[in-house]
Amino acid sequence: MTRVRTDKAGLWSRGGPRLSHLDIELTERCNNNCLHCYINRPAGDEKARRREMSAARVGEILREAASLGCLGVRFTGGEPLLRDDFEEIYLYARKLGMKVAIFTNATLILSRIADLLSRIPPFAPLEITLYGMTRKSYEAVTRTRNSFGKAMAGIDRLLERKVPFVVKGAFLPANAGEIRAFEAWAKTVPWMDKPPSLSIFHVLHARGERSKNRVIKSVRPGPETGVKVLTRDPGAYLKDLRMFLRTFAGKREERLFTCGAGMDNISVDAYGRLQPCLLVRHPETVYDLDGGSLKDALDNFFPAMRKRKAANRSYLERCARCPLRGFCEQCPGNSWMEDGTLDGPVDYFCEVAHVQAKVLGLLKGGERAWEIADWEKRLDGFSEADARKRLEDPEGMNTPSLDETKTHKGGPDGS
Amino acid sequence: MEAKAGLGKIYKPSGEIVAREIEGELIIVPLTAGIGDMEDELFSLNETGRSIWKRLDGRKSLGEIAGELAADYDGGPGEIEEDVLGLVDELLKRRMVVEVP
Repeated sequence: MTRVRTDKAGLWSRGGPRLSHLDIELTERCNNNCLHCYINRPAGDEKARRREMSAARVGEILREAASLGCLGVRFTGGEPLLRDDFEEIYLYARKLGMKVAIFTNATLILSRIADLLSRIPPFAPLEITLYGMTRKSYEAVTRTRNSFGKAMAGIDRLLERKVPFVVKGAFLPANAGEIRAFEAWAKTVPWMDKPPSLSIFHVLHARGERSKNRVIKSVRPGPETGVKVLTRDPGAYLKDLRMFLRTFAGKREERLFTCGAGMDNISVDAYGRLQPCLLVRHPETVYDLDGGSLKDALDNFFPAMRKRKAANRSYLERCARCPLRGFCEQCPGNSWMEDGTLDGPVDYFCEVAHVQAKVLGLLKGGERAWEIADWEKRLDGFSEADARKRLEDPEGMNTPSLDETKTHKGGPDGS
Repeated sequence: MEAKAGLGKIYKPSGEIVAREIEGELIIVPLTAGIGDMEDELFSLNETGRSIWKRLDGRKSLGEIAGELAADYDGGPGEIEEDVLGLVDELLKRRMVVEVP
């Protein structure tokens, strides 16, 4: 008998299953109302609740996923534990032999659910978002009274029962001075084997709510501030960058989908529509599961979608020719979230990518990467040691301190 | 004291695991706590192990299973019985099979 860590290769002698992982957004509703969140509908939104998939429908989708070899499902939201039938859905997935990842804010981890997770473990650590180290900072983000105490109580219940979890944060004006404290606290969580991930560059809403977008824009950091946070541990940043650049080296050219979206890792929204990832909800990339199947989507719909090419002139002039792909978070999902298209350049991410290239010494002044003719030569001359020195010298970077809460007010091209 | 597998005994998969056949591999997924040492650990069986597992149906004794396998595999009866007992001991230790009274 061989013991297999599912995060390691080597389980499959004949290639992997047709579907390795499935994300299911169980609800768009949330009991918090976080400033930067792109999805939270009010917990009491009855119209949204009535449209959500039933537990039976989720079960049908899980059964088909299991028949395609799927070993892991991630339940996310909104806040998935808001659903009264969460336990039923969770147990169904586990009894199909799936590992279950749960994205939660921990406020609804009461004794009953903590006991269940202890008795029937999810076999994947829970992922808990924690947006402040004090009641004041946390609730300034969640805009929900008493939510800090509930989240910490939920975390305590998991610790008492030794249910594995990891924590994640977000960089926001209200908690900007707490990053180091958050990282230090995260080290005390027994299952944290690396620093907590921190969402820095928040995406907009793209669901027809301009007022929400104004709020998100008001709290996302300016590119210089964001990059300062991103590179706060230069060694870790450069290590991540090496891995990321290996995966996303080279120009995009006309291709829209350069990640694995829609290949063996797909997402179902709260209403039973299939998407290539959690973000892309463009009508032309969404598959109606009511009239079809996961297999049909994987075999036919998504392969056709992945052949799509960019048509946006600005994208073709900039993004398609830009060598900063490894630094830039523009993708069909983020374009959709930002401006409702699949191929719109995302000016915010473009600026962030350029700031990174500048602090690494790859770009100067007002240069735009897609206009650089000698990019290969610049890369050849790139020294990681020099880059590290630049990152470790805040004066050299001429960027604000971590405690500054300068947010992004810029428009296209940083204007 | 841990129960030891016996050739005259009958076993079946326990309710504490889910066994799945995916892409020709038999994967045993723990359902309850304490089966694996790691929280994301699964188990797979080699070809011989799969042949034994499929016969643990709550009806055949391990001796009968070893007899069936002798027709398909090289090796003397003693060697095959040893393999069957070794695997079932491991499965018992991990609560993946239970004895049928």
